Amino acid sequence: MYIDYYKILGIEKNASPEQVKKAYRKLARKYHPDINPSDKNANANFQQINEANEVLSDPEKRKKYDQYGKDWQHAEQFEKAQQYQEKSSGYNQSGYSGAQDEGDFSDFFGSMFGRAANAGRSRQVKYRGTDYTAEIHLNLTDAYETHKQTMTVDGKNIRITIPAGIENGQTIKISGHGGPGKNGGPNGDLYITFLIANHPTFKRSGNDLYTKADLDLYKAILGGEITIETLKGKVKLKIKPETQNGSKVKLKGRGFPVYKKEGQYGDLYVTFSIAIPTNLTVKQKELFTELSKF
Amino acid sequence: MKNLIPVNEFCTHHNIGISFIHSLQETGLIEIKTVEESVYIHKSRLPELERIVRLYFELDINLEGIETINYLLKQIFIMQDEITMLRNRLRLYESTD
Repeated sequence: MYIDYYKILGIEKNASPEQVKKAYRKLARKYHPDINPSDKNANANFQQINEANEVLSDPEKRKKYDQYGKDWQHAEQFEKAQQYQEKSSGYNQSGYSGAQDEGDFSDFFGSMFGRAANAGRSRQVKYRGTDYTAEIHLNLTDAYETHKQTMTVDGKNIRITIPAGIENGQTIKISGHGGPGKNGGPNGDLYITFLIANHPTFKRSGNDLYTKADLDLYKAILGGEITIETLKGKVKLKIKPETQNGSKVKLKGRGFPVYKKEGQYGDLYVTFSIAIPTNLTVKQKELFTELSKF
Repeated sequence: MKNLIPVNEFCTHHNIGISFIHSLQETGLIEIKTVEESVYIHKSRLPELERIVRLYFELDINLEGIETINYLLKQIFIMQDEITMLRNRLRLYESTD
């Protein structure tokens, strides 16, 4: 696919070398991966700008690009034909040969200039490898305990430890497990974002958990004891007499583990939902009627 | 010594002058350690130093600019954490019947 390098740098076709340099500097500062650490596309954007600069800041490459531009797929054929003619006439033009290293450039660039035309430049720029991003989906119960998980990146297995208490949407960085660096540059990093599915019984807010417990009318009025589920197992809960519908109790330390703080837990909040009895017998109705008179 | 990297080795590898590292230390951008007249940087600070080198030499950003970028990036990270926390709190109410 044809790439309009002038458009990428936002300059006119007749831009001077100073204007090319200025446009490149401006965009590089905006899109450099070090300035945009959370932007997944930063590396790709930066490479595109680099490629445009690589071509337009080099008079020979720019000339070739301007000459063949949209006919880039035929550029090589044109070049070969031209070189053959020049050889025949005894003139030997030095091309872009001698490339040693595969740069991270587009197919378009590769077809026109050879994969590593930049190797001929006087200064070899060290490029940091591409950052990789990945998502790991967990259940709330998975995130409740520290566990290990294996994932495959670039054909290699990486075993990572997922600490208990990780948040939904939290991203962790595994340094050096991204794409390989170029020209001795460092490897990129691997960013893993954790997505935790909603739990049918427990809702989480930070380190606290929220759940609902059904209570029959009589226990709500007279008090008693119920058993409720927590992520640590079942617990018995005392019900105070005259417990109101929608009221909450806090079970200290029965919530979610605090991230990277072993042994520390949030709290569990239980909201009572009082069930009004249905299908009352005649006797029950009479008793309620009697009660209502007090 | 195990986690310390000699600054002169770093400078040779990156083809930069040691005065650059000293100016980073003076502005408070990095910390260097002196052991028996040799200067070192802690291994854990290496990615940060390499990032500073890239910003300075690839993007022509001066040290004051790098300091400002560092500050703003920290603010962005804090805000991103806050957004995540608020989104999760919102989820609590969105999924309530």
